[in-house]
Amino acid sequence: MDEEAKELDCEHLRQVYRTMVRIRLFEERVADLIESGEIRTPCHLCIGQEAIAAGVCAALRRDDFIWGAHRSHGHYLAKGGDLKALMAEIFCRTTGCSRGRGGSMHICAPEVGLMGTVPIVAATIPIAVGAGLASALRGDGRVSVAFFGDGATEEGHFHESLNLTALRKLPVIFICENNFYSSHLSLLQRRAHDNIIDSAAAHAVPGVRLDGNDLDEVFSHTVAAVRQARNGQGPTLLECRTFRWRGHVGPSWDRDVGVKRKEELQEWLKRDPLQHTCRHLLQLGVGHDVLDDIRQAAGLEIDAAVEFARRSPRPQPSELTEHIFTSSQETSAQCA
Amino acid sequence: MRVINYAAAIREAHAQLLDADERVFLIGQGLWSPWYAGSSLKDLDRQFGQERIFDSPVSENATTSAAIGAAIAGMRPIVFHPRMDFMLLAVDPIVNQAANWSYVFGGQIPVPVVIRAVINRRGEQGAQHSQALQAMYAHVPGLKVVMPATPYDAKGLLIAAVRDGNPVLYIDDRVLYEQTGDVPEEMYEVEIGQAAIRRVGRDVTIVATSAMVPEACQAADVLAECGIDAELIDLRSITPWDKNCVLSSVAKTGRLVVVDAAWKKAGFAAEVSATVVSEAFEALRAPIQRVCLPDAPAPAATVMEGAYYITVDDIVAAVGCTLGETNSRRMQRAG
Repeated sequence: MDEEAKELDCEHLRQVYRTMVRIRLFEERVADLIESGEIRTPCHLCIGQEAIAAGVCAALRRDDFIWGAHRSHGHYLAKGGDLKALMAEIFCRTTGCSRGRGGSMHICAPEVGLMGTVPIVAATIPIAVGAGLASALRGDGRVSVAFFGDGATEEGHFHESLNLTALRKLPVIFICENNFYSSHLSLLQRRAHDNIIDSAAAHAVPGVRLDGNDLDEVFSHTVAAVRQARNGQGPTLLECRTFRWRGHVGPSWDRDVGVKRKEELQEWLKRDPLQHTCRHLLQLGVGHDVLDDIRQAAGLEIDAAVEFARRSPRPQPSELTEHIFTSSQETSAQCA
Repeated sequence: MRVINYAAAIREAHAQLLDADERVFLIGQGLWSPWYAGSSLKDLDRQFGQERIFDSPVSENATTSAAIGAAIAGMRPIVFHPRMDFMLLAVDPIVNQAANWSYVFGGQIPVPVVIRAVINRRGEQGAQHSQALQAMYAHVPGLKVVMPATPYDAKGLLIAAVRDGNPVLYIDDRVLYEQTGDVPEEMYEVEIGQAAIRRVGRDVTIVATSAMVPEACQAADVLAECGIDAELIDLRSITPWDKNCVLSSVAKTGRLVVVDAAWKKAGFAAEVSATVVSEAFEALRAPIQRVCLPDAPAPAATVMEGAYYITVDDIVAAVGCTLGETNSRRMQRAG
């Protein structure tokens, strides 16, 4: 751990735990609603990976940029996106964060710096680089964070981006959420060695492999990376090792990946990031009642979000060709 | 008015945009090269610094994506591809990302990026330094595509593209770089989606794109000598394109020849033709002719290039086809 990196104090830790709980319960509710047939948009759930989104975003400013992929409900919530609007988007309603045009894989919360998520694997990595380039040109101190999975490191986007940011020392943080599976293929079915982190050194970028289920570890390394980025010292790659509990897409646990993954999953279930943080809070003297209240409040918030989504209108077919281009008024507002 | 060439007009537009708006910057390959972009970007790095004029690694995908990301973050980037062929390595950011971004986020996050692609051809450069791929991009919702043919439009369309606030693909053609014309010194915009009638006529409508405009102009001169009065439309933008201008002209002439120096199959000339057939069928007095490239990659050997590329004679012959045999004979006699 970086000597200078600060740890989460008790109050901050409790807030970040709340973020993790909201993500977990949100995703579990989405899983239920898929099974009951109410949600149709393909959802890639991040249950088991919550500490990464929560820990990284806890180290960021509201105006820092983040970018996601297909498994990004957690990133949205961790950065401070409106929970109701996310649920409504997953219901494809006009009140959704993308006005019902995006579904689960195209979500945004520009008011808090989530500028978009897309399911083309690795696509937002170099786009994040561009936001970092914008920050560097303006000198405004904002950092840009790309969240992506282990599969994305097999795309050229990733390597081109590491080189470009290293060359210009751009304020970009690459967060690889290595959950050891890309769809149905394990890491070692896709590369000769478990060596994603070596790509950092190959491009002269500092890189750290860390336990992605340990909130404190994720947070402290992100703090160090943010400090470096804001100081004009360039990018960092953090490989956060974790595991997704559910299948690649949808609510099921192991439908598409077979017995081998089931055994691995049993091991990873013992390393639940929420329980890890929960234990830490209890050690710090936070009472069980406080933690129960957090869970209960999150459950109620999600109940309300589901009701909001159900009541919200669907987009109309007559609006099919709206938003293909952004009108000049909208553009000037965004750029102001 | 002042006369400068097409490449100088492009350079001037860049310089004025960089000067007027600090959000504008350039990224791409060849920006610091004295020759890579002809004179169209000459010494911009000296004038504006190598931070804002970023001659990049050989990473078409990352540089195009970075331009898109910077645009989303509030900048007004221009990403440069010295060959349109090389830009194929950036199709994901252009087609999947830039073109979709506004739509999938419900119009809340615009992508004010200009993607500049250069078509180059001839000179025995072969198949991967010669392609004109505009139809691929015109096919995609969410992209605007402009193809200036004159120095005036080269400047005015670039300024309009940067100010548009949406992804605009700006395609220029090296064949045109030495063409000269009137270009105002001040900044001005040419409206995206508006065609220009370069010559008024009543016998046949010739619609041309980019480098085919001067060729079609010469063809119209030849036709005039034969007593055939051609109307020449320079489309200037192919997405959106000025359908009304073409339909009005065909309503008058009843004949249409579309000249586009790209492949015929599923090309932009087919789009223009199909639109005219479905919306002005009654006006047509002859089958529409398309003058395009053969369905083959660009060859290297000069002798084969001669057979491959479109000539003034090809355009004149296509007009002859729309006029029927009597007029064809008249043209042969005149020729």
